[in-house]
Amino acid sequence: MMAYNPQLNANGELKHLLTIEGLPREILLNILDTAHSFLSVAEREIKKVPLLRGKSVFNLFFESSTRTRTTFEIAAKRLSADVINLNVGTSSQSKGETLLDTVANLSAMHADMFVVRHSQSGAAHLIARHVAPYIHVINAGDGRHAHPTQGLLDMFTIRHYKKDFSTLRVAIVGDVLHSRVARSQIHALTTLGVPEVRVIGPRTLLPANVAELGVHVYHDMAQGLKDADVVIMLRLQNERMNGALLPSAQEFFKNYGLTAEKLALARPDAIVMHPGPMNRGVEIESSVADGRQSVILPQVTFGIAVRMAVMSIVVGNT
Amino acid sequence: MPLPDAERLVAALIEQMRPETSAETVLIGIHTGGVWLAERLHQALGLKQPLGTIDVSFYRDDFGSRGLSPRVKPSEIPFEVVDADVILVDDVLYTGRTIRAAINELFDYGRPRRVRLAALVDRGGRELPITAQFTGAQVSVGAGEQVELKKAADGRLSLDVTAVAGG
Repeated sequence: MMAYNPQLNANGELKHLLTIEGLPREILLNILDTAHSFLSVAEREIKKVPLLRGKSVFNLFFESSTRTRTTFEIAAKRLSADVINLNVGTSSQSKGETLLDTVANLSAMHADMFVVRHSQSGAAHLIARHVAPYIHVINAGDGRHAHPTQGLLDMFTIRHYKKDFSTLRVAIVGDVLHSRVARSQIHALTTLGVPEVRVIGPRTLLPANVAELGVHVYHDMAQGLKDADVVIMLRLQNERMNGALLPSAQEFFKNYGLTAEKLALARPDAIVMHPGPMNRGVEIESSVADGRQSVILPQVTFGIAVRMAVMSIVVGNT
Repeated sequence: MPLPDAERLVAALIEQMRPETSAETVLIGIHTGGVWLAERLHQALGLKQPLGTIDVSFYRDDFGSRGLSPRVKPSEIPFEVVDADVILVDDVLYTGRTIRAAINELFDYGRPRRVRLAALVDRGGRELPITAQFTGAQVSVGAGEQVELKKAADGRLSLDVTAVAGG
């Protein structure tokens, strides 16, 4: 019997998307296949399909984000949903309302779906446990825990350029410790059967037990990048640079920044990815970010189709 | 009642359509059986434009009760729909709901000059005011049965009746 998973309904279908961890491969592949069918909607005269007509999607962002919120908004609108954006930030919390009270109030406004971004790990899970059964919850990033739609759009990007997961060597570089994106990527890559996932970074920015996730650990960029098919650069969060974890941004760039010379160690057809927003000159050199091997902007475009797929799949599974 | 031979119906359909189409006519097959049939018609009719395909999953009226099909395929319409003379192609015409969905999707690509419908078989049972201009044959099957087009490894088409689960 499958372990209880709060994301799945009684038939094992995806009802909420909270984390990639523990999701079966078929569900991930179904999302990627469905997203593929949504890609062409963006090229038509009318870039909308009627699947979520009459549904109300609440973008509930307790932590600021431009790209994720915007792509979720576009995705919901292309599905014909009504979208309500709430940048809750710190204001409602400072007025004393709890997270669940906020959600209860929005449910009373007949919400059908919450897209939740929160600085606390587990916030989306908490909401999913307390909403009415017909409401769907999508995690748009919670603390250091998970960012499943980013992980999925990265898988979509990899499959688009590399076709087959089963022969790939994927390197994830930088601040893995604080990265919910890296965690979601690692779970997705291993579930989809990528044989070699590497994480590259200084000891202070890699989780102590990261090898338990089935990845190979490198502290040396040159060794870690050798013959990689996919290089995923993570954002180095500015606030970490002045702390004890790192001497300086310059020092980090010298050791772990992606330059053209270092990229040359990967396979000649390797692709370079970044979840954004980029710190040019910190984790990635501008010439690489804008270079021939960069697929950073296609990632954004694919993100809309992937979010359309996730939203329409969960709404169909009650 | 035994179902007619699909290959013979394809030939009959081609003869019906030939005088009613020009090189400018475009065909759009509806996934999956309609695409197989449209491939055959397209080849025989010598049309100028490539074949289009539509998957109506994003336009179905039973999404609310059945959810999204896990086998949705991309729609590909590789020609300008505005002012086009379109023939939609499906294998089996039944309630008309698939055709309604396909017409809705088609109009999101542009405003065609004319839309007609070709179906290999018409089994009656319409729930919408939709009719086919070109039909291979009328067949009579029970409401609990499903008529499906099959494609063999050598490309030959055949019709098959199965009982619908719970039907």
